[in-house]
Amino acid sequence: MRYDIAIVGGGPAGLSAAVQARQRGKTAAVISGGSADSSLWKAHRVDNYLGLPQCSGAELLRHFEAHAQAMGAERLTGRVLSIMPMEGVFYLSVGSDVVEAGAVVLAPGVARAAKFPGEEALLGRGVSYCATCDGMFYRGKEVIVVGKAEQAPEEAAYLQGIGCHVTYVSDTRPAQLPDDMVFVPAKRIEILGEGQVTGVRLDGETQRCDGVFILRAAMAPTDLLPELKLNGGFIAVDRDMATNLPGVFAAGDCTGQPLQVSKAVGEGMLAGHRAAEYLDRMESK
Amino acid sequence: MAVIHFSEEGFDKAVSAGGLVMVDFWASWCGPCRMLAPVIDALAEKYEGKAIVGKVDVDAESALARRFGVMSIPTVIFFQNGAEVERKVGVMPQQAYADVLDARL
Repeated sequence: MRYDIAIVGGGPAGLSAAVQARQRGKTAAVISGGSADSSLWKAHRVDNYLGLPQCSGAELLRHFEAHAQAMGAERLTGRVLSIMPMEGVFYLSVGSDVVEAGAVVLAPGVARAAKFPGEEALLGRGVSYCATCDGMFYRGKEVIVVGKAEQAPEEAAYLQGIGCHVTYVSDTRPAQLPDDMVFVPAKRIEILGEGQVTGVRLDGETQRCDGVFILRAAMAPTDLLPELKLNGGFIAVDRDMATNLPGVFAAGDCTGQPLQVSKAVGEGMLAGHRAAEYLDRMESK
Repeated sequence: MAVIHFSEEGFDKAVSAGGLVMVDFWASWCGPCRMLAPVIDALAEKYEGKAIVGKVDVDAESALARRFGVMSIPTVIFFQNGAEVERKVGVMPQQAYADVLDARL
């Protein structure tokens, strides 16, 4: 799959970038999980978005999604696991697919959650971010799925389907979780093991396991692109929403305060616009 | 030189020879692994004659994956003098692998 512009995130910033990219004749893919992963979805009422007062966050988001779709932006459901720039092309891995693009707009929102204790040290040694990539290694074994995204129950069901013994962990039991799946509510999660995952501590209770799948709505931008420059925890951008990496733009909550819809939409528009200009410049070279 | 697709036997032979060997553990169902493929190809070409660059399909060679405790793919493991010297989990930029090779050549 090849697009002019790949947009990571389906909130107001990403959708606005998609509309602008389409307006300028570029193909655009918006890659994100479910709508409920956007922080806007949870807003009970938004009163400061110009022209559309008293809408709920979900209503606004539905308007934005419909607009982007009507403009011909494609929606790809999934989590971007990594981005690799190579000779002017960006390769993005989305589940088991690879998407190619000439430019990238990062609009994943704020990655609020810090990593869990043990997560980084045990990555690849029992900790995984990709059920379809690594599930096969855990057939017949005990795995914990830490569900932090709308699609996470589906991925947990996939793991159960291929023969993993799954325990699902999140704040509350999601409605979509298969009835026969073990669920443990927990807020504080620690991953245990020396060189290999041996268990987890869930709100202080230790449980043995072989693997831990951590399924967040989005990967942290610096995990996607290690060379990305940050500024106070947010992605550093200039007035054109360009990051320090050529061809990579960012918009919305990931670039900093205030975390407001109007700002996200405005920045998304600019990022989509400048990404399209960047592609035109590359083409004329 | 093209990337070598290792069987267990070929792998043991290459690693026990003692030179610098870089092995990418991958599978066809894994998107990030497919994305890494051109990087591995490019490194095989660049380090031709200096290091052996190969791949292990964890589907076909699951025993090798188990032997090295590979639980997440892609995982790239570097061997020298017959033993593991470094490993990188997940997709990294080409330079990250080149840095390891350069440091050990």
